[in-house]
Amino acid sequence: MSQQQTISTPSTADTSSKKMLTAMVGIGVICALLIVLVYDGTKERIEQLRAEALEKAVFRVLPGVSSSQMFELGADGVFKPVNKPEGKNPIVFAGYNDTGEFLGVAIEGSGQGYADIIRILYGYSPETQTIVGFYVLESKETPGLGDKIEKVDHFLANFTELSAKLTADFSKIENQIIPVKQGAKSNPWEVEGITGATISSRAIGNIIGESTATMVPLIFAQKESFKKNPDQK
Amino acid sequence: MLSKTLHISSSPHINKGISTDTIMRNVVYALLPMVVFAVYAFGTNALFVILASLVACVGTEHLLCVWSGKPSTISDGSAVITGLLLGLTLPPIFPIWMTIIGGILSIALGKFVFGGLGSNPFNPALVGRAFLQAAFPVAITTWYPAFSEGRFTNFSGSVFAFPFSTPIVDGITGATPLSAFKFDKVTADSMDLALGLVSGSIGETSALLIALGGIYLITRKMMNWRIPVSILGTVFVLSGILFLIDPKLYPSPFFMLFSGGLMLGAMFMATDMVGSPITPLGVVIYGVFIGLLVVVIRIWGGLPEGVMYAILLGNALSPQIDNLIRPRIYGTKKTKP
Amino acid sequence: MSAGITKHTEPKADPSSTDEFIKGLWRENPVFVQVVGMCPTLAVSNSAQNALAMGLATAFVLVMSNILVSALRNFIPKEVRIASFILVIATFVTIVDYAIQAISVDLHKNLGAFIALIVVNCIILSRAEAFASKNGIGKSILDAMGMGLGFVFALFCLGAVREILGNGTLFGIAVLPESFEKWIIMILPAGGFFTLAAWLLLFNFFKLKKAKA
Repeated sequence: MSQQQTISTPSTADTSSKKMLTAMVGIGVICALLIVLVYDGTKERIEQLRAEALEKAVFRVLPGVSSSQMFELGADGVFKPVNKPEGKNPIVFAGYNDTGEFLGVAIEGSGQGYADIIRILYGYSPETQTIVGFYVLESKETPGLGDKIEKVDHFLANFTELSAKLTADFSKIENQIIPVKQGAKSNPWEVEGITGATISSRAIGNIIGESTATMVPLIFAQKESFKKNPDQK
Repeated sequence: MLSKTLHISSSPHINKGISTDTIMRNVVYALLPMVVFAVYAFGTNALFVILASLVACVGTEHLLCVWSGKPSTISDGSAVITGLLLGLTLPPIFPIWMTIIGGILSIALGKFVFGGLGSNPFNPALVGRAFLQAAFPVAITTWYPAFSEGRFTNFSGSVFAFPFSTPIVDGITGATPLSAFKFDKVTADSMDLALGLVSGSIGETSALLIALGGIYLITRKMMNWRIPVSILGTVFVLSGILFLIDPKLYPSPFFMLFSGGLMLGAMFMATDMVGSPITPLGVVIYGVFIGLLVVVIRIWGGLPEGVMYAILLGNALSPQIDNLIRPRIYGTKKTKP
Repeated sequence: MSAGITKHTEPKADPSSTDEFIKGLWRENPVFVQVVGMCPTLAVSNSAQNALAMGLATAFVLVMSNILVSALRNFIPKEVRIASFILVIATFVTIVDYAIQAISVDLHKNLGAFIALIVVNCIILSRAEAFASKNGIGKSILDAMGMGLGFVFALFCLGAVREILGNGTLFGIAVLPESFEKWIIMILPAGGFFTLAAWLLLFNFFKLKKAKA
């Protein structure tokens, strides 16, 4: 880096390394103190903002919802209310309206898009057995093209009443949700794509299709457990 | 590159008598049947696109030469070829203002910044096209069906879009065989593909005419036959193997060979003398590399067509290929490149 | 990233304080003249807002680390100075990271990994090495502010051009008519290189003209 660097002679080596040590430790302590102070000062606000962002997303995919509760899907296939996500178990959010009535579940799904993994949140209403909302949590799709999945109206309109109807014995989805070309939607379980964002919009259709196939039968079977107990409040 | 006055150069001093402008003129001859067929197939709009590209390329070359105080090099014909090739790789209803930007960038960024003809590492027309592909991805994938009615009398609103405004696509658009395959797994008839009865970029549809143009240049020894042969061979063999593994999932090798810009790219763009390796072995490595990339991009990539990127990457690699297989000087030790 | 550009930023005889401030803005602009710190310059200048936020975050780290390095300059043995500088810089980057998260989650999402990369932005290390470790606190602050604002200015130049051409907007407000065809490439990484090249062309053009005159 520079020519100023000199090799310490043996006689001064002891004092010099002592000096180095004190300097590094001193700076380290100062820096650590600074970081801890700032961390403490901002922690609360950061957590609040994060929770707000997630809650906003839940509210967006479940119209009419004003509060939500996180549920974790255990290895045994049973949903349990939790306060913080632990481990890798899938998380869903149950949404309630002002009077505490259970309206639906917001489910997270992800899959390969054009550029990278796309993470989405979608709302499922067991009452009507439809998908009622959709929101992109994270995507790196090409700006101006792939990111149309977040903006184009006719695409977003897919997710206001997308059928995720179960078979008569409620064991699986009757017609898996599939993506189709723009203008080719003819069934309530089809997701109409976007010309110019073919791959990204298809990816969304497939993500929802795969996610609903596994999650919806489980959620429907346990829909009672999402309802709020009056005493739980 | 070409100075009209006294020519001082290093050896060899005796040359074959084929000068740059003779070669370039012959390349133009080889391209002309495709231009005529393209205008016949896609109508007047295609003619405007080709003309805009030609004027933009030649004009840019001339202006840049004048501004840098050098004699104009448009007479060597290389700008004409760049213009024609760029025009032939664009969709038939591509807006003129975008075509002009592409032409300017082809010459300025693809050739002039590197020091003009002979110093450009990439094929200039493909540099321009790559920019257009990234800048205006929607316009460059808006296709027009071949042999539609009224193609000589209808002036597309898209072609004459006001500069810097979004082109409005009027009338019908048609998917290319490659995108139809990519998104809907529909393959087109190989015969239609070979004859050019399908939709696509202006000059890429008729594989037959392109092959004829290429053969003309090869017989006149103005093109290295190893390049197209190794590219097309690699694509054919590789897609043939895949087709044998699962004919439902992978397209037939004939489909791969005759669809999209492969024929045009292999014959007229990958063979660019400046961007390809020098030695026969190097040229074959270069061709196999491009062929491999074409198959990989088309079948597993996100885009339906990958010839352009394959050739550009091949161009970028060719100095390394030359370096790698450079013969050892007698008596010296083998050194790592 | 290297600190190899220290040569021509060596403090002069005794330049006036205003000069310490002005030089970073124009004559020794970190992006357009020194061409350092390219990673964030190219990566997050795809919109004016991102560019401005990134520029300000870097400028803040630059000023704070210059102050601390200058204050401690007699305390730090020269054998471990680079390690010490990095420690100081990393501290302030962590602080900025928390601060941005506390301001807006969306902004933090956009700037993403590049905030952490401010640590290795060689503008900061080079100012610490070439200036703050040799000058008093007052001058170091001026120097850092000049360089920091120069960086903000350069990033804004890039971000504005890219956002206008690539999205038709500036700070999210439409500045071009609806019918304008967006140059998608400009908000992609390749557009960063094109825009930077164009600005460098302009700067060198002026420099040559001045040198000739």
